[in-house]
Amino acid sequence: MIISIASGKGGTGKTTIAVNLVLSLQKGTVQLIDCDVEEPNSHLFLSPTIHQVTSMGIPVPRIDESKCTYCGKCAKVCEYHAMTVILKNVLVFDELCHGCGACSYLCPEKVIFEIEREIGIIQEGSGNGIPFVNGVLNVGEPMASPLIRKTKEKIQKEKIVILDAPPGTACPVIETVKGSDFCLLVTEPTPFGLNDLELAVGMLERLGIPMGVVINKADIGDRKVWDYCDSRNIPILMEIPMDRQIAESYSRGIPIVVENPSYIQKFEGLFEKIENQIAVSNG
Amino acid sequence: MDGSEIKQLAIVSGKGGTGKTTIAAAFAALAKDKVMVDCDVDAADLHLLLRPKILTQEKYFGGKRPHVDLEQCTQCGLCAEVCRFNAIDNGVVNSISCEGCGFCSHICPEEAITMREAFSGDWFVSETPYGPFIHARLGIGEENSGKLVTVVRKKAMEVAQERGLELILIDGPPGIGCPVTASLTGVNLVLAITEPTLSGIHDLERILKLSDHFKIPSMVCVNKFDINLGNTAKIASHCKKNGSRLIGEIPYEPRVVEALVQGKTVMDYPCNEVQGVVHRMWKEVEDSLKVKKCLNTKSFVTG
Repeated sequence: MIISIASGKGGTGKTTIAVNLVLSLQKGTVQLIDCDVEEPNSHLFLSPTIHQVTSMGIPVPRIDESKCTYCGKCAKVCEYHAMTVILKNVLVFDELCHGCGACSYLCPEKVIFEIEREIGIIQEGSGNGIPFVNGVLNVGEPMASPLIRKTKEKIQKEKIVILDAPPGTACPVIETVKGSDFCLLVTEPTPFGLNDLELAVGMLERLGIPMGVVINKADIGDRKVWDYCDSRNIPILMEIPMDRQIAESYSRGIPIVVENPSYIQKFEGLFEKIENQIAVSNG
Repeated sequence: MDGSEIKQLAIVSGKGGTGKTTIAAAFAALAKDKVMVDCDVDAADLHLLLRPKILTQEKYFGGKRPHVDLEQCTQCGLCAEVCRFNAIDNGVVNSISCEGCGFCSHICPEEAITMREAFSGDWFVSETPYGPFIHARLGIGEENSGKLVTVVRKKAMEVAQERGLELILIDGPPGIGCPVTASLTGVNLVLAITEPTLSGIHDLERILKLSDHFKIPSMVCVNKFDINLGNTAKIASHCKKNGSRLIGEIPYEPRVVEALVQGKTVMDYPCNEVQGVVHRMWKEVEDSLKVKKCLNTKSFVTG
């Protein structure tokens, strides 16, 4: 079972929900994967021991210029403008390359080969007996999606897999949540929270993923998030109050369930509700 | 005005939800002669505070998608074989997985696949009580947000040149990936907003590294600094080591959310303490950018 935790707006509590949820479930049944490869944070709360670090790259073209006729076919087929041919020079802009492989396949002289260029690493380990994986994008690399795709290859399907997603609604989020059985959207009751929740709901509807909402800092702001969820028939599965104690523990990297074990039951309840929602959506 | 005379400030954070848009809106109320641009195109919020009146709306085409003529398709399967994104199978395109590389269209033996421009959002030129504002709405589930950032920034530059405005104020996206890179290229100054949490510190270090990577000078603001004074001190020492100036520490203040709920910037809502810090921060920024001094502060709502 794959449950992704997403949000639209950043800083609403995705990582908090992801980490506390895995800590509240039975050990041996869960796996936590941090897919926010641009700014991964889950490890700060789970403090995992990392057993394995793997370099991850995407294939980028290189040219055997001794045989190149500078025909320009590669530059012509590249939709990302990652290659140009100027006189007797072939320039490759690695950061623009998506690694589609069209240039090497279509080169009439077959002089383009591919090398793997690192864009980040994948770390595997465990913390509190919970298997943990995260992807970490190298600073300066623009493309998060390929690394997220590779990070998700570490999913252990037989487990309850919790995916901590990046904020927003664009490609890295879609790459994370697609294939999930359920997506939990974490929001806060402010105009920013609501605006971005609506965008995230639209994204999940397009992907056909069943969803539920967690309202964090539930007593700040206004009631419009509740009205919106009511009007769209989106279940609100949990509410967490604004609590300076929670904020302070968070600032020190301490999960809520460690600081205040009465929350374990609440997160167990959240998981039960998710299971029910999945059962309903499976008919 | 010549493009090179126009100064650009990017407000970023690494971690989401630290207060980028709150600060950007406050600066919008303070700065003179500027154009605002919301580069967080897939979760844009600045318009909620700037109350834009849309002047023009343009369509954004973010890339191409294959269109398959099923009458010509013989289901040979070659497209599926070469596609590295698992985005096409027997003539059926998965537009969410597709990255628009066009490989399939080049190798189809029947020439049944053509690439067509895909509509992926809208962008707007608006007027606000604080000045012109360029913003966008990326289509739901669309990609290529970096390219849309480049589009809105280019328009902001045009507007600044046409109207003789000396500053472009950029509300950036979270993270360090392609939309952030697109938001940072060519700016004069980065202001990174963080919070005194382990996540905030971790993400700040990465965004400052990115800013260094592009050789852009950076300044830092700690929001809700009083949530954890120890972490605030750590941020201060990291800034020192990194050569970034810590220019503001904003206290935790529930009125900031109240202002937001009212659809107001913190400069238009009574929250004295926060206004004071933001005001001092703006002074630092304008001194660093050497832009004209700000509006008379007495016009702001205090209490």
